[in-house]
Amino acid sequence: MSAHNDPHAMQPHGGTGHDHGPNEQDVHDSLNHVVSPVIYITVAAILLVMTAVTAAVSFVDLGTFNAVVALFIACFKASIVVLFFMHVKYSSKLTKLTLFSGLFLFCVLIALTLSDYTTRAWGRW
Amino acid sequence: MSTDTIVRLPDQSTARLPKVNFITKENGLLSWLLTGDHKRIATLYLISITFFFAIGGALAGLIRLELLTPQSDLMAADTYNKVFSMHGIIMVFLFLVPSIPATLGNFLMPLMIGAKDLALPKINLLSWYLYVIAGCMILYSMMTGGVDTGWTFTVPLSTHYVNTNVITTGLAIFVAGFSSVFTGLNFIVTIHKMRAPGMTWFRLPLFVWSNYAASILMVLGTPVLAITLVLVVLERAFGIGVFDPAKGGDPILFQHLFWFYSHPAVYIMILPGMGVISEVISTFSRKRVFGYTAVAFSSVAIAVFAFFVWEHHMFIMGVSNYSTLVFSLLTMLVAVPSAIKIFNWSFTLYKGSITFETPMLYSFGFMGLFTTGGLTGVFLASTGTDIHLTETYFIVAHFHFVMVGGMLMAFLSGIHFWWPKWTGRMYPEKISQLAALITFIGFNLTFFPQFILGMLGMPRRYAAYPPEFQVLNVFSTAGATILGIGYLLPILYLTWSLKYGEIAGDNPWQATGLEWQIQSPPLTENFPEIPIVDYEAYDYEWLERKEKEVTRVG
Amino acid sequence: MEQQVDTTSFAMWLFLVTEIMFFGGLFCSYLIFRNWYYPAFVAASHQLSIKEGTANTAVLIVSSFTMAMGVWCAETRRKGALVLCLCLTFVLGLVFLGIKYDEYHEKYEKHHVPSWHYSTKSFTDPASDPEVHNAYPDDKPLPLDMARHTEVYFGLYFAMTGMHALHMIIGISILGFMIFRARAGAYTNGHVTFVNNFGLYWHFVDIVWIFLYPLLYLISRHA
Repeated sequence: MSAHNDPHAMQPHGGTGHDHGPNEQDVHDSLNHVVSPVIYITVAAILLVMTAVTAAVSFVDLGTFNAVVALFIACFKASIVVLFFMHVKYSSKLTKLTLFSGLFLFCVLIALTLSDYTTRAWGRW
Repeated sequence: MSTDTIVRLPDQSTARLPKVNFITKENGLLSWLLTGDHKRIATLYLISITFFFAIGGALAGLIRLELLTPQSDLMAADTYNKVFSMHGIIMVFLFLVPSIPATLGNFLMPLMIGAKDLALPKINLLSWYLYVIAGCMILYSMMTGGVDTGWTFTVPLSTHYVNTNVITTGLAIFVAGFSSVFTGLNFIVTIHKMRAPGMTWFRLPLFVWSNYAASILMVLGTPVLAITLVLVVLERAFGIGVFDPAKGGDPILFQHLFWFYSHPAVYIMILPGMGVISEVISTFSRKRVFGYTAVAFSSVAIAVFAFFVWEHHMFIMGVSNYSTLVFSLLTMLVAVPSAIKIFNWSFTLYKGSITFETPMLYSFGFMGLFTTGGLTGVFLASTGTDIHLTETYFIVAHFHFVMVGGMLMAFLSGIHFWWPKWTGRMYPEKISQLAALITFIGFNLTFFPQFILGMLGMPRRYAAYPPEFQVLNVFSTAGATILGIGYLLPILYLTWSLKYGEIAGDNPWQATGLEWQIQSPPLTENFPEIPIVDYEAYDYEWLERKEKEVTRVG
Repeated sequence: MEQQVDTTSFAMWLFLVTEIMFFGGLFCSYLIFRNWYYPAFVAASHQLSIKEGTANTAVLIVSSFTMAMGVWCAETRRKGALVLCLCLTFVLGLVFLGIKYDEYHEKYEKHHVPSWHYSTKSFTDPASDPEVHNAYPDDKPLPLDMARHTEVYFGLYFAMTGMHALHMIIGISILGFMIFRARAGAYTNGHVTFVNNFGLYWHFVDIVWIFLYPLLYLISRHA
């Protein structure tokens, strides 16, 4: 796989036509964007705080909303890990699309399986 | 048969195979077992897949032999259960799923996009080793008693009621699944990142699009099978209770998770075959594929819709009636992109200069048989008729039409079409055309009676059946014998052609596509210099101009 | 070079997407049974130590932070700091596994491992389990059939956390290898891809735990 030997003949984004020399930066999969440690520290702090919050909320009786709040907080925490620790905020569209398709399919699995389970008891045919 | 042929071979008295090619480049067993060359890995896969196909085929022969008579006289019912289960497992997981992607896909993908190799050669080799390990585990499982649950591992039968090698086989399929995932992953990365300059998405051969769509299915669907098998193993070994009604578990949950993969799996199997058909039909009608964009987008649409329809395998299992409505409708929709492709291929043929070489014969077989199989799928998609037809021989006939009449014919079409590129030699045309005909006749005789049997009510997976079904079963077995000959012949003459076949030259079919612009067999690095693509796919005018420019030497 | 970086990063993302679907099957199963057997799930989740669960969550979050910092060190060519970050991540991973082992051991001792002399006594007779009973005095005894469903909860608990722990073990092993290579300067000379891609994997494993924690430990801890 020595396709990168001659950077001027090979165009990694096959066909789009833009050319750049070996020193020019292009935001690919985030590797050219160095995320500062300040952001990491902030995100880590938020994560720890939200962990404490979610643990505390579970001791409060919100009925069915306990699950909603817990999952909401979990999704929020996961999002900031994905966006900042995993650099998705600075990543290419392809990375975002890949991640989105995985999440979408996960939702399809859940939703369509639930379409069976939640409707089993409806009426009697 | 027309004596017209588009084959142009070099002068056989002076033609020689190129001295330096990917086969002769390095010698020794280790150079093959530790290779990163996608063409060598494809060859390794071809040999292993053929081996497992032969075993699966032998098991099929045993099934048909047993079903010659209404009684379970050739083997005990339990043994029969093991035979059809192993037949299904080997054919689905060790043959159909990897067949075209791992052999033709591995070989052709980098060639078609103008790359030197796949993006991750070591992962490619790992894929093959995982496949071999899975195969060995399945052989071990077979030799120590096999499984008798059917390839579908239905719970709680497989977790609580049989004492066969469910765990070993389940783990073997787990490993095979990862082989599949890594192949698909490799393809997706390669197609996105390693196309030659000028090779835009819409200049790609449709074979690449089909494999791309199949790879998406492999990557996204197979992990769910993996976790399902893990849960089956845990349930069987540790009784965790998720599938055990006595502990509150739900067997239907297994079905949901299993079919969530296994339905897209059938599209993993068929999409690469459709890719082959696009290439072959175009070449042998000397016409670009009609509606390139439609075919390309249909491939992706099939991949997307494939994930929304799995419950149609579960209509009679106790799922909610309302969900059957939803899934029945979605299943009808998924048939549409496949139909679009058939229409597009038909329009490609229309007003084309058609010749009848072997790959084209197999492709014609595909179009007819896949269409028949697909249309019978519509009966099964409709819940009302499915209740009568499911778990009968109608289903067996349906999936054999699409898988064997469709996919296996496409595989043979592709093997014959690219054989000259792979080995540098042509296969013998007359006997191969005969074999194609024998296969077609044998196939129809084997599986068409099974539609009738299913409608009449003969259940599947039974060693014994009521005597009134015997006549049709005898037809089916007779057909199976003919089919067996039809599959044996290629193995024989293709092996023969390795030594005695005519030298093919670079482009015996005068086809478009980057793989036909290089020597046969190709160099290890594929292209002496990176190609720059400035013409559309299936551009036969470009090919004509090019032929006139360069004088071929030998 | 850029193309190589793009390629392996994209490949790692695709692999992570397969992992999403892999764990997805487990989450789907969990969802079904939690809906069906909510009282059993509540009672069973009270058997898990919220202290250890929260501690583990914090441990993993910090390890994710140290891993992200490791990637930054590799990008800015700070070899010593990189080795430190990787070692911290390694140690925190081991701490997580240690706490997990302690939890598993406790489950084993209380006969809450499915099919391994599984006992529903803690649920049919909460008073027999003073530790949990004092923390949740309002927990009523479950009827026998619902108490039996707690075995499904624990089955899923072990399957999900076990699968997660397996991924942790694999990650820690690779970390060990990376520490070796990092000390030799392999990642601070511009070739950051391996560290970056491993970081993606490690963060993913953290995210799985971020979801496992509320789903398994925090079902309902209120009176």
